[in-house]
Amino acid sequence: MPQTVTKFATCAGCACVCDDLELHANDARIFEAKNACEMGRCWFLERPISKVEATINGKPASLSDAIDRAAMILYEADSPLVFGLGETTAEAQREAVALAERLDATLDTETSLTHGTMELAAQLGGKVTGTLGEIRNRADLIIYWGANPARTHPRHLERYSVHSTGKFRTRADRTMVVVDVRESETAKEADIFLRIRPETDFEALTALRCLVRGQRIVCERLNETGLSLDQLRDLAERLKRARYGVIFVGQGLLQTRGLHMNASAATSLGIALNATGRFLVMPLRTPGNIGGADAMLDYATGYPFGVNFSRGYPRYNPGEFTAADLLARQEVDAALIVGVNAVKRLPDSARTQLDRIPTIVIDREIRNATVSIATAPAGISASGTVYRNDKIPLGFRPPLTSTRPTDEDVLRRIREAVERKPETYPTASARMTILE
Amino acid sequence: MSLPRLILMPIRTSKQGQQVNIGKDHDDYLTMTTTLTVHPDDLKERNIPNGARVIVRTDHGEAEFVCTEGKVPRGMAFVPYGPPTCKLMGGDTDGTGMPTSKGWEFDMEVVLNAE
Ligand code: SF4
Repeated sequence: MPQTVTKFATCAGCACVCDDLELHANDARIFEAKNACEMGRCWFLERPISKVEATINGKPASLSDAIDRAAMILYEADSPLVFGLGETTAEAQREAVALAERLDATLDTETSLTHGTMELAAQLGGKVTGTLGEIRNRADLIIYWGANPARTHPRHLERYSVHSTGKFRTRADRTMVVVDVRESETAKEADIFLRIRPETDFEALTALRCLVRGQRIVCERLNETGLSLDQLRDLAERLKRARYGVIFVGQGLLQTRGLHMNASAATSLGIALNATGRFLVMPLRTPGNIGGADAMLDYATGYPFGVNFSRGYPRYNPGEFTAADLLARQEVDAALIVGVNAVKRLPDSARTQLDRIPTIVIDREIRNATVSIATAPAGISASGTVYRNDKIPLGFRPPLTSTRPTDEDVLRRIREAVERKPETYPTASARMTILE
Repeated sequence: MSLPRLILMPIRTSKQGQQVNIGKDHDDYLTMTTTLTVHPDDLKERNIPNGARVIVRTDHGEAEFVCTEGKVPRGMAFVPYGPPTCKLMGGDTDGTGMPTSKGWEFDMEVVLNAE
């Protein structure tokens, strides 16, 4: 079998989206991924591909029958949900927006279950953004708060952060601080490790902001955080001295009690620090193209997740139009899921509703759903755009080809099939007239 | 005197990251996501042998795990995210869309000692 070598291939095994890989493949499979970490190697080499192209009610079906059935389910639904989108290309995400709009559906992505609280924090008080390239070249103080990239983003430290050699900074010029509830693998590499008590991040971040601004703090309340005033004073001084600092926040901050208020405490601290130097606060996003989903929804609807089209225009309300809430309240009567991993993040109260309603799953494998369609996996045999952790778009360079459709193709064909059906309900604009 | 409840911290690991690609229904993934790491003194205080099968109960649900001793802070238990931890999560998102998925207090009870 002839072998091919694909240079500068892009991996979406985690949000690092490394684009310096060299893939060796034959017609059927990739057998080597040079420069990839173990997680990346698994992403390229070990992801199973389904032999069946589609199923309806668990029985093998043709792609066109599956698309027709999916279109009918969504057409008949009163309150459909389009959900997931974290593992697909930006092009498919754009198609999902068009389909959700056509269906007057709710559109929510994995963002609501991962770093959505960072988006809320940005809406509360703004955010300062930058790129990983800037951090690599300039950062002299790098803080990980509730994050363990040594395990979750294996090449992050080496490519973009502490261990990277930038234009103006090397490891010797950088100070690395880790704040976490346990001494994680990342903490072992840090210059300073601060062990914080669980669920006291908001208090510690607020105390730090007060110290940075020279405000008074109540020291007794500080004891609850497990950190001493001296430790926080020392960190506050380092924050003020930094010329270019960054706080990478992880799920340890974003998913604990306080949720968006924790995120907001971090972004407020970052904003305050821009009075003395340049400072960023950036979430370490979960694997796939979740940053792309945010960018695509922002660009198409003005909102990053939890968007409802039932009035014919996009409305945004986390808690009301987000998957975990909608499903737990049983307000969804059909669901289209793009990338099944999103479902596995849902709490049981939401997941049980998915067992009661018709579901359509578009994924690289056949799944347990009313209609399941197997597509060509992005980056392996489907091309497209993926967004890096800092929302820089990069192109996939798939080494294989596939007879399977892409997620984008399937979503477009479902939308076209829905559009061919008669309007049985008043159009959104007609409903607006009635409401007026 | 009853012992204070422990705090559950679901975490992500690179092994879990690799396994996600292979399949979340795979045996290795299930083993990983049902292994709870606890400080040895916390296990001793509760008379739970290393390797025991335990039922973990939060205010929202229960799930079965295997307990192992590990170098983790006292009062806390760590487990890779997965379907069992989702059973312990409350559905309430406080209007954010994100259920709190870390820091629940829990009790545990032995169901069967490992051989
Ligand atoms: S660090 Fe992430 S993106 Fe880079 S090779 Fe590893 S899994 Fe892929």
